[in-house]
Amino acid sequence: MDDLLRDFLTETAENLAILDVELVRLEQNPNDPDLIGSIFRIVHTVKGTCGFLGLPRLERLAHAGENVLGKFRDRELLVTPEAVTLILASIDRIKALLGHLERHEAEQEGSDQELIDQLNAMATSQQKMGGGSGDRAGGGEATVSAAEAAPDEHGFVPVRADDTAALQENMKAAAAAPPPTLPAKPAEEPHAKAASAGASVADQTIRVSVDQLENLMTIVSELVLTRNQLLQILRGQKESAFASPLQRLNQVTSELQEGVMKTRMQPIGNAWAKLPRVVRDLAQELRKKIDLQMLGAETELDRQVLELIKDPLTHMVRNSADHGIELPADRQSAGKSETGTITLNAYHEGGHIIIDIADDGRGLSIEKIRAKILEKKLASEVDLIGMSEQQIMQYIFRPGFSTAAQVTSVSGRGVGMDVVRTNIERIGGTVDFTSRAGRGSAFSIKIPLTLAIVSALIVECGGERFAIPQISVIELVKATPTSEHRIEVINATPVLRLRNRLLPLISLRKTLRLGDYQIQANGTAFIVVVQVGNATLGLIVDRVYDTEEIVVKPVAPILRAIDVFSGNTILGDGSVIMILDLNAIVAAAGDVTNQISDRQPAATTAIGRGEMKQSLLLFQAGSGAQKAVPLALVARLEEVNRTSIEYSDGSPVVQYRGKLMPLVPATPDMQTGGAGMQAVLVFADGEKHMGLMVDTILDIVEEKMTVDLSGKRPGFLGTAIISSKATDIVDAAYHLSQAFESWFDADQGAFESNGLRRILLIDDSPFFRNLLSPLLTVAGYDVTAIETADQALRLQESGVAFDAIISDIEMPGMNGFDFVTKVRTGQAGWSKLPIFAMSAHATARDLERGRQAGFTDYVAKFNREALLNALSETLKQGGSPL
Amino acid sequence: MSTLPALAATSPVDEVEESTRGMFLTMTVADQLFGIPVLAVQDILSTQRITRVPLAPPEVLGSLNLRGRIVTAIDVRTRLGIPAPTEKPDEEENMSVVVDHDGELYSLVIDKVGEVMSLPETDYEQKPATLDPRWQEVSSGIYRLKDRLLVVLDVASLLRLDKTRAL
Repeated sequence: MDDLLRDFLTETAENLAILDVELVRLEQNPNDPDLIGSIFRIVHTVKGTCGFLGLPRLERLAHAGENVLGKFRDRELLVTPEAVTLILASIDRIKALLGHLERHEAEQEGSDQELIDQLNAMATSQQKMGGGSGDRAGGGEATVSAAEAAPDEHGFVPVRADDTAALQENMKAAAAAPPPTLPAKPAEEPHAKAASAGASVADQTIRVSVDQLENLMTIVSELVLTRNQLLQILRGQKESAFASPLQRLNQVTSELQEGVMKTRMQPIGNAWAKLPRVVRDLAQELRKKIDLQMLGAETELDRQVLELIKDPLTHMVRNSADHGIELPADRQSAGKSETGTITLNAYHEGGHIIIDIADDGRGLSIEKIRAKILEKKLASEVDLIGMSEQQIMQYIFRPGFSTAAQVTSVSGRGVGMDVVRTNIERIGGTVDFTSRAGRGSAFSIKIPLTLAIVSALIVECGGERFAIPQISVIELVKATPTSEHRIEVINATPVLRLRNRLLPLISLRKTLRLGDYQIQANGTAFIVVVQVGNATLGLIVDRVYDTEEIVVKPVAPILRAIDVFSGNTILGDGSVIMILDLNAIVAAAGDVTNQISDRQPAATTAIGRGEMKQSLLLFQAGSGAQKAVPLALVARLEEVNRTSIEYSDGSPVVQYRGKLMPLVPATPDMQTGGAGMQAVLVFADGEKHMGLMVDTILDIVEEKMTVDLSGKRPGFLGTAIISSKATDIVDAAYHLSQAFESWFDADQGAFESNGLRRILLIDDSPFFRNLLSPLLTVAGYDVTAIETADQALRLQESGVAFDAIISDIEMPGMNGFDFVTKVRTGQAGWSKLPIFAMSAHATARDLERGRQAGFTDYVAKFNREALLNALSETLKQGGSPL
Repeated sequence: MSTLPALAATSPVDEVEESTRGMFLTMTVADQLFGIPVLAVQDILSTQRITRVPLAPPEVLGSLNLRGRIVTAIDVRTRLGIPAPTEKPDEEENMSVVVDHDGELYSLVIDKVGEVMSLPETDYEQKPATLDPRWQEVSSGIYRLKDRLLVVLDVASLLRLDKTRAL
């Protein structure tokens, strides 16, 4: 039997057994809202599951039952014995259908129309509730007996909805009645039936409650900690009679721990198993074409967490299919392929599990959300004007917010995104999302690995020890003033030189408000290089200890508001230690930049296409506005003694690392003579260095910037607003060509005899075109930079030859994927060219997609070294140019 | 006291079993006598090694390990808004009382632990309206002892920190 079906039968049999009991209880306490709520949910679940599995007969019946229960819940309908009887009759019918399903693995033919009609009649009109409808239901002996017994035993009589006095009378009577003996009978009978029906399936597995496993895990965790403590003691003793048994205990404990962990870990694919079916059925129902891609299904996570995210995930996928993906015709007219794609991707990141749910549908309509907010009075019009789109979009997580105009069996009843968020937050997770009109929405769920035993690096900072999840740690660097790696400071912002790169540093002391970072007397500082999301950065700590296995325990509720800790634990020596949440630490350290950008007028924060957040080095040079250059281009920051500056051919040079480095003033009006130190930004390219002389280095900021290219002057790309100030963006290309003019002229001949490699660069952002062209030129390529894929295709048609193509992925009009597909099938001259994809998003998924589309390689946008390496490697292999 | 029955009904002491009703563990903070219902007390500790928790509210001294469980230490003095003693006698040992609140353990760090006292309801008084708002918030009433007054601390309110910061 199908696993899904088996699960469904076991689960539903249990649910129905509960229902029988609950319904009878409801009959006794007709006004208990909690009880009605719980019954409603059970029936809703049954209905939902039937929908997933494609059991229309069951689903229709459950839907009709749910309708009546919904009216109970909303107090539009009184809970009468007749109504309960009718519901019970439906339950019995469902059981009968399930029995058939289990025996034959197929839904029984036939119709439940008469039952559904009765349920609908009850749902629509409370006036018509005469006696006897229960008898006509005829769902089975049990229900008939219930219908007869209940009124007799409890003095329940049908009452009119408005006759509340009578109702109360009846309730009193019911309450005064002796403990019911007879209603137990109808409850027991179906119960027994359910048991016998479910037995054959249920016998094959043992269902252990999650609590039981939870408890087991807690005990094992304690055992592990105790073992660690014992081992610590043992280490302090030279020879001990305990050594051998303790080693054995150590081993057994590890095995036990692993075993118990395994019982709790399940691949996330288990939670996804139902989704293809759900999406398929939805697609058919809604006449859409939807392709569901599931990546990382083998990612394991805690069983309990899995259970808790199952429903939110299903809901979100349904939402994507229902609201996100457009009808094929609409998609075509929007220039997209007929088939919409929903992508699920699960992976581990820094002690968390990330689940992305993305669709390429229509995205969220800000207008619709805005209208809905006003309609539901969640915010005033004035409030809305002050909100960013992102803020407005967050309203989809508010309770009572649903843009679905009508209740369908697809979108459910008021179980919306608020419930999704609540459920995820309950397990300590977060939901984030982005949406672009016409391009789709992407949700990202982040769930912590609570209860898991993790390996952690123990560090000291401000006299306290902290644990850093080992998974995020890349390397440890000891920085000394004399070594290659040393901490340097730009406007009180520390940075580290690490293998020709500047690594941003975060002072852990500062972040935790334990003072600022300290460089020890001998100038040594310890830096833990960590990977957080896409960023690599260094944490300055006071000391680094060992790594230790720790059990993550949630912090006390009183401390839960402090987001820089993901948990705490007890170390082998018995002391308590806080576990750092690196994401939160980076976010906390980045606060300053965010605050500044928040204060900017709305107009300047508008993010243009292709302009993503990037680190910029701000400096002052000459008169006029502050200036900025992308930090990625800067290899080093140096201070040279002005007296050491020499002049060669009238141009300033300085001896640097045993070679002469040309110096270029950032602006012509700069004062570069005299004594003292001269600040220099070093641009490096392989063995070649160029120094840009500046007056003072101001700061490093990470911001999204929009470059206004209108006022172009030599040496500058344009102006942008950075940290609320007008800033000139330095054109590195211009200065590089200035510095290497002579070098370039001299070597040009050599390159030409070799045949200069011709590169076609396609990027819609003028900023990146201007950034990359000089880099490639200096590296010895002949660069043609153009804006769109269409222009490139025209070049292909006109027969212009190139040795390689570098293309952006996200571009207006034709995107990189479509472009490469076109090129590969086009004219022979280009079809075999190496083509490199270049994008800010270089996830494993993108890589795969890029390769499939026909790209030779995939390079991250800011990684110029990787780009140059990829180019030279490929062209070397490719032999002579075409 | 004519208002006594009403008061007793709203007091948390009401939920305590009959036998331990009116039983309090007394303790002193800055020479003031306090009491907490004895049933709420899990343990009494002398000075412990406490791990500081950066960025925590000032009332939180840190976390400590009590037989494998992580306990959050609360400085009752700070919680009550009493400034730290100007000249702190070195090495004077603080004591703490471990209480269970919603399944979590908290260690209330105080100056000295007294004794367990059974206090008659007839000595119970409503807290004076003029009491400092912080004290109002964390106390549930006052007992008149022979020579001094005992302030009954309400553990739940004592551990509700966000409110204090808002004040």
